[in-house]
Amino acid sequence: MAEDFIEPASEEVDRLFSRLDKDAKQGGYNLNPDADFVRGLVKGLLINERRYGYRACPCRLASGVKAEDLDLICPCDYRDADMTEFGACYCALYVSKAVMKGDQELSSIPERRLPPEERERLRQKQNASAEVLGADIAEVAFKLSLPVWRCTVCGYLCAREGPPEVCPICKVGKERFERFI
Amino acid sequence: MNFEHVAGKDKGKISLFALSTCIWCKKTRELLSSMGVAFDYIYVDLLKGEERAEAVAAVKKYNPSLSFPTLVIGEKSIVGLKEKEIKEALG
Repeated sequence: MAEDFIEPASEEVDRLFSRLDKDAKQGGYNLNPDADFVRGLVKGLLINERRYGYRACPCRLASGVKAEDLDLICPCDYRDADMTEFGACYCALYVSKAVMKGDQELSSIPERRLPPEERERLRQKQNASAEVLGADIAEVAFKLSLPVWRCTVCGYLCAREGPPEVCPICKVGKERFERFI
Repeated sequence: MNFEHVAGKDKGKISLFALSTCIWCKKTRELLSSMGVAFDYIYVDLLKGEERAEAVAAVKKYNPSLSFPTLVIGEKSIVGLKEKEIKEALG
């Protein structure tokens, strides 16, 4: 079961750890206060980056096809909802203020991502309704000077010609944005 | 499927489907080891092709969400690190 890449060195793990920590604080998020736990997850992210070419959630099985896995690239599309409901994201890299302060204990979190078949059904349904939605958006957008883009990870909205290269709040790439209005 | 075997007290067939990068999976493995029970584990993310498809199908049978860790004790499955449930099941 050997892999054809070199294991991330501890310096590389530390570098990404401090960057994620800085980005999290800047956007109003918190990393899990258990540093060893976070180091383990950060190493997993680096392994997945080598393995798949993107930082898939270390606690989920990535397909290896980026377009199918956009929702589970860290930070994932489910982070904020899980933090609100359970105090942490699925892998517990990010935690709520209550967990951070020790007021709330972490427990096992159920998977919010739909099972593969249901995900596919939802994708087909979305594609089918995209045209209708597109027409609706066009009608509203006609009255706006610019379209509005929504970050699917943190909900950040901005009005501009296209989505930003990087979300200024949660730092995900522009491929994680959807046309909102 | 090529499971890795961990020796210990025989409590029937115990299979742990895990991911090598997942910390909750690691903690589940450590819990089983600390309990001293014999079990088999497999890292599904390290499998390729047919072997991976076979493991994915096996996990889905017990856990349609295809999430990890999925622990199968006899015919019962426990999804996620649920320490109390695991300890009860393996009394």
